[in-house]
Amino acid sequence: MQLTQRAKQVDRRPMNGWEKSYLPAILKGMGITISHFFKKKATIQYPEQKRTFSKVFRGVQILNRDEEGRERCTACGLCAVACPAEAITMEAAERQPGEEHLYREEKYAAKYEINMLRCIFCGYCEEACPKDAIYLSQTFAQANYDRKGFIYKKEDLLIPNPKEDPEAYRRAVGERPVK
Amino acid sequence: MAEEKKLFKVTIDNITVEVAPGTTILNAARQIGSDVTPPAMCYYSKLQGSGGKCRTCLVEVAAGSTADPRPMPKLVASCRTNVMDGMIVKNITSERVLDARAGVVEFLLINHPLDCPICDQAGECHLQDLSYEHGKEGTRYEFARRTFEKEDIGPYIQLHMTRCILCYRCTYVADQLTDKRVHGILDRGDHAEISTYISKAIDNDFSGNMIDVCPVGALTDKTFRFKNRVWFTKPLDAHRDCPTCCGKVTLWNRGDEVLRVTARKDQWGEVQSYDGKPGWICNTCRFDKKKLSDWVIEGPMKVNRHSVISANKYIDAKRSHETIAEVMGGRQPRLMMDIHNISDVNKPGVHLSELPGPATGDTFTPDHNKE
Repeated sequence: MQLTQRAKQVDRRPMNGWEKSYLPAILKGMGITISHFFKKKATIQYPEQKRTFSKVFRGVQILNRDEEGRERCTACGLCAVACPAEAITMEAAERQPGEEHLYREEKYAAKYEINMLRCIFCGYCEEACPKDAIYLSQTFAQANYDRKGFIYKKEDLLIPNPKEDPEAYRRAVGERPVK
Repeated sequence: MAEEKKLFKVTIDNITVEVAPGTTILNAARQIGSDVTPPAMCYYSKLQGSGGKCRTCLVEVAAGSTADPRPMPKLVASCRTNVMDGMIVKNITSERVLDARAGVVEFLLINHPLDCPICDQAGECHLQDLSYEHGKEGTRYEFARRTFEKEDIGPYIQLHMTRCILCYRCTYVADQLTDKRVHGILDRGDHAEISTYISKAIDNDFSGNMIDVCPVGALTDKTFRFKNRVWFTKPLDAHRDCPTCCGKVTLWNRGDEVLRVTARKDQWGEVQSYDGKPGWICNTCRFDKKKLSDWVIEGPMKVNRHSVISANKYIDAKRSHETIAEVMGGRQPRLMMDIHNISDVNKPGVHLSELPGPATGDTFTPDHNKE
């Protein structure tokens, strides 16, 4: 029974003297190898070179700020309840008088953590957020030698303040093609 | 045998039910249950005189009674209209009702701020449920929403007047449960607001029940304010011997910490009745008994599967049997990381239940924990 058109009969004839020296087989193999030197490379020199991600790439989360540099997150918990991996936890606090320049709303996330060991980068947190506060960025989570390095705290996730550090903010937002 | 009372036959959405004379259409529908029951934002069966204000329970009466089968020309408020023998009522089978209800929801939402992400009522808010089930997606209102000056009405209850839909339930609680009403509706029309006269603190022992009757987040528990979202807390039925009230409550826990105490609710979102008496709870039970040792736990509260409160709660969850120690000759698996050593959330040193009000940034700083 023939399962495929590309099946090839194995040649089981005994090898002659020239073939027994294995030189033709080696030369044939080297030919294939050397021909790859002149072909287009499949790999790139990371980290000097980086690939551009797809526009819908879902990388590590960032916590967004508004134009005035105030944190957008109000600790409503919708990201945490939407999270299928239960990776997000938070602790809410009330904004005190004098903190209006730090937090956009009456309530804010005093602590906000994403367990990157659990996160599956599904993007449901971004979808659930009613305040435009969490986004999946175009970078992936950094490798780490330690498990504890994967518990991302609010300080790790917050985007740089556009008022205090506009340069870092611009880099964090990234160069996106303007339509 | 006592003389037999004549029962009235009433048909609601093609389901016939026999009820005692003097029953309202809404209560007749509640006897049938399910989707047939009109939603109610202001009517509260345990508060006398409530109802007739929000208009969400509007129904169409297709035939007034057997004696006079003419239909009623306008939609009627089912919480205020008594049934007649042979009455035929249309609720969800009537296009007019559904359209009117969507309009009512739009009216209720005109001045209601969309601050659900901040509001402590979110997840158990009747207005949220109502607008999801009966409302339209958008609003046509283009003007600024009404705002009020913030008012402090005491150490236990937080008033957010912007969220109020003027259902009057809380004033009925003040009237009927407490001996001295210090809180009512001021002004009228668009300016109407709930307030306590001369900002007098509400210190009656049963004033906390206003929180439970409030269908929206206008009156919320200050001792629970911002502590946690409702759907992350674990509701437990519990009781204690209370000299002033029935002492039957629901505890809303985070781990072993009691973050909030409320009265138990029945299927209509109203306070549960025991032997015909509504189970209102006193302020001592509600605000001061925030230790697990104060209560006798009866078990987890039954949560509606469709409620967001049921999220992340696993009933009858079976923990998988740990086999490594058996296979490895008693050697326990090595714990690679204990999350509590690294995480800042839910620190053992921070006791949210002991705070009288909402947490602030200082609550979670390490210096504060040492004190």
